Amino acid sequence: MSEITLDRIVAVQAAYIRCIDGNALEDWPEFFADDCLYKVTTAENHKNGFEAGIIYADSKGMLEDRILALRQANIYEKQSYRHILGLPVIVSNGGGEAECETPFLVVRIMHDGQTDVFATGVYIDTFRAQGNQLKFASRLVVCDSSRIDTLMAIPL
Amino acid sequence: MNVNVPNGGALSNAAQPMEWPDGELTRIPFWIYQAPDIYALEQKRVYEGPVWNYLCLEAEVAKPGDYRTTFVGSMPVVVARDFDEEIYAFENRCAHRGALIALDSGGKARDFTCVYHAWNYDLKGNLRTVAFEEGVNDKGGMAKTFCRSDHGPRKLRIATFAGLVFGSLSDDVPPIEEYLGEEIAAKIRRVLCKPVVVTGRFTQSLNNNWKLYFENVKDTYHASLLHTFFTTFRINRLSQKGGMIVSPSGGNHASFSYTDTKPADHDYAALGLRSDNEDFALKDTSLLNSVDEFGDGCNMQILTVFPGLVVQQIQNALAIRQILPKGQFHTALNWTTIGFADDTPDMKTARLRQGNLAGPAGYVSMEDGAVGGFVQRGVATAGDERAVVEMGGSGTTNDGTRATEASVRGFWKCYRAHMAI
Repeated sequence: MSEITLDRIVAVQAAYIRCIDGNALEDWPEFFADDCLYKVTTAENHKNGFEAGIIYADSKGMLEDRILALRQANIYEKQSYRHILGLPVIVSNGGGEAECETPFLVVRIMHDGQTDVFATGVYIDTFRAQGNQLKFASRLVVCDSSRIDTLMAIPL
Repeated sequence: MNVNVPNGGALSNAAQPMEWPDGELTRIPFWIYQAPDIYALEQKRVYEGPVWNYLCLEAEVAKPGDYRTTFVGSMPVVVARDFDEEIYAFENRCAHRGALIALDSGGKARDFTCVYHAWNYDLKGNLRTVAFEEGVNDKGGMAKTFCRSDHGPRKLRIATFAGLVFGSLSDDVPPIEEYLGEEIAAKIRRVLCKPVVVTGRFTQSLNNNWKLYFENVKDTYHASLLHTFFTTFRINRLSQKGGMIVSPSGGNHASFSYTDTKPADHDYAALGLRSDNEDFALKDTSLLNSVDEFGDGCNMQILTVFPGLVVQQIQNALAIRQILPKGQFHTALNWTTIGFADDTPDMKTARLRQGNLAGPAGYVSMEDGAVGGFVQRGVATAGDERAVVEMGGSGTTNDGTRATEASVRGFWKCYRAHMAI
């Protein structure tokens, strides 16, 4: 079992946001383990122990379904994100898994150029070493604000 | 009546009167979504008029001392359960200088003290103490004629129904069941049939007038046209039977669909999913593992109560939506997702998964967050033009189909009666 180092975590984080911001969304589920949990929630819900997510997926298949739905079914104006990440803190590390927290800021750029802060918050992650690869066993996207403008099409 | 509204798009600042166009309920003038006069009038005639405004769930103020803050239109409101076990609501406005009495979204309190000058209120909204009322060292203080009981924030009447807490500023509002209408009341009871628990709260900011969202929820015509998730994935929802009812007032409605053949629990995906096109098949069909929890085969029920409540059952995804105006061009859509206190772990998980169907990122509802904005932007200079709402005729009653705009017309019937326009 290979050691989970800060270098490897940072590399995954950087690749993850490059994937989303570069609109390579079909590659996005590949960052996750098959039995992953991905949830977008708010700081208030997280603090209160409210389990519902704005997006909730407890399998990699559900992440793939979400991207397929975005590409084929859902209707929304053309838009893109720019993720800016803060520095990751490794909260715990051992046994092939590492827990890590990384602050984020996401700016949404609409097709007409309107550019606004869409979300800020913290990724609360559990990374799992799978061979040479590092996958998200769990990615909790905890948004600071409880308010979402218009809709959330692209995942955070 | 004539209402002074700016002429949409005209350079002149001169207000000109506008009247509701001919065609009764089948023509909606676009100035109704734009005019500042209308917005101000709505606060007085709708929100502070003879309506029941949804405030919160009883479960959110379950114990004495629990409180929530919310709004009646633009009016900030405190809802609290006092130590007599009763629920009270009052304007969140200090009688002294008008500052907010409670600053956060909720919590526990024995009383409230305004931060500005420390005037103190009980959980019923009564002014209890005034700081330095007797002055300091025999100097200053309130006039001897000052009577605390003459001063206080406006109080709301409270009605509870099936765990929903409603408030009204009107003495003329009908009793809650009469207001809801018999059929709508039954449809609410059907879903909110036992103690609920909150599983999440979030707010969706809509860039459109509140009425555009309320119409959207009532609009059964758009559902399969704008929301293509189910059709794209060729999920035959087996929902041939369905219907829609509108309350006598026009303001409340419920639309619903039934599964024709009742699948056994958990077999829904197997029955419903046509996977002949693998490119458009869900990888994880657990999303569709719904349970017929109310035992009547109804897999979807969307219900509205004028002027701003939605009770949602989409399979097992249950939510309360509160629609609040935030200026003419913005709306706060407050989602409270719920389950039942006796949910099994499997049921909890099913609700979490099905939560993906609704909400700001909902597969079958995210478009609703944007489409009101498309209208608001589209009609920017069309204040003098009007929408055509003629699908299914001109009436406001159920005509056995969802290819109708009857419940949208019902909304306007109710709205115009309250607004007297």
